[in-house]
Amino acid sequence: MSPIIIAVLIVSVIGLIAGLGLSIASKIFAVPVDEKAEAIRECLPGANCGACGFSGCDGYAAALSKGETTDTALCAPGGNDTAKAIGEITGLAAGEIKPTAAVVLCQGHNVNAEVKLEYQGVKSCKMAAQIFGGPKECIYGCLGYGDCLNVCEYDAISICDGIARINPYMCKACKMCVKTCPKGLIEMMPLHEVKAAVLCKNHDKGAITRKECKTGCIGCMKCVKACEFDAVSMDNFCAKVDYEKCTGCGKCHEACPVGAIDIISLVSNS
Amino acid sequence: MKSALFILLTAILTENFVLCKFLGICPFLGVSKKLNTAVGMSGAVIFVMALATAVTYPINKYLLVANDLEYLQTIVFILVIAALVQLVELILKKFMPPLYNALGIYLPLITTNCAVLGVVLLNITKEYGFVDSILNSVGAGLGFMLAMVIFSGVRSRLEGCDIPKFLQGLPIVLISASIVSLSFMGFTGLVENIFA
Repeated sequence: MSPIIIAVLIVSVIGLIAGLGLSIASKIFAVPVDEKAEAIRECLPGANCGACGFSGCDGYAAALSKGETTDTALCAPGGNDTAKAIGEITGLAAGEIKPTAAVVLCQGHNVNAEVKLEYQGVKSCKMAAQIFGGPKECIYGCLGYGDCLNVCEYDAISICDGIARINPYMCKACKMCVKTCPKGLIEMMPLHEVKAAVLCKNHDKGAITRKECKTGCIGCMKCVKACEFDAVSMDNFCAKVDYEKCTGCGKCHEACPVGAIDIISLVSNS
Repeated sequence: MKSALFILLTAILTENFVLCKFLGICPFLGVSKKLNTAVGMSGAVIFVMALATAVTYPINKYLLVANDLEYLQTIVFILVIAALVQLVELILKKFMPPLYNALGIYLPLITTNCAVLGVVLLNITKEYGFVDSILNSVGAGLGFMLAMVIFSGVRSRLEGCDIPKFLQGLPIVLISASIVSLSFMGFTGLVENIFA
């Protein structure tokens, strides 16, 4: 037999054995694929943000498919379109998602906030916050090192003059930044509605707050008295607005002597 | 025993596949970001290397050399390794889905990982026996793991650094890889002197 025929034979036999072995192995080790879960997974945005409360998009899809949850309105980044698509696949009623966007509740930028130390460490809010609560006098304020910016999948956050700002057009309400902020400064606010927002989280007494930041809430209670709808309350020397009761009339904003309350109407395309 | 240690240490330190022979750079740069995935990937590589050697050694000896077909080594080995990696992928998908998801595209890339083919071909060039070949492959895999683990540490340090903009991303990773590689040159001659 000529050597070339032997060569061809050997290579093709090895190829054949490998191919047969693989096809048998793929039968033995086959993983059952849940088609419904796959279809639902396709509809989800795939940011794996965990806003739904499951372990990422795969977890939510699997839970919906297995019937562990019947709530189709848990995906905030996907919005109502996703809820509708999930409803069509699963046959469940499409839930209504109230659109929200994240807001940074701090106005302590480079001009307003006083600085107590010069920080030259790692550019991370979490790290900076461990050293005397951060370089700013106010230990409640935004540090501006951009931990929230780094976790945002949608480039909605930018750092302006030393504090984080969130663009409501880009925000998909995944709440990653809410979980990340070491100061707990980011909150979700309803979209397309006029609401009053206290842009401060300072719980120090008024006199101390005054020295720390020009726009810090001093806890003077003027807004509480001005509100006709009982929407503003005082929580440990810092005003708080109940968005359910707030009508956005602007009385508290006018009453505030330091400009810590603003009337916000978030708009976006969705 | 002495020769076994010699082969192992040589493969891990002085002839480290990634840092001295520059084989398998793709997964080295791609998967070394996190320690968990780096260790998982290295484990898969060790397994595939040992398995590939165990399968290719008899094929080489009883099929290729016996028929004077040594020139077919590369193509036959690629065929066998590709099939083996597919098998490993199937098994991982079934029994370790988190590792399977973490490795992602890099698992199929072991198919074309030059380190795996390299170790199999080097075993033949060095004229090792069956046991020595397996030892050399495991050593090469362990060396790969060592490089990955060291480098994942380096990279986690890099994340906290203020890197100039033009070096951010892959450039700084390549530069640090070359420095780690330089440090491995210090092992040259070490193993020979231990056993001298």
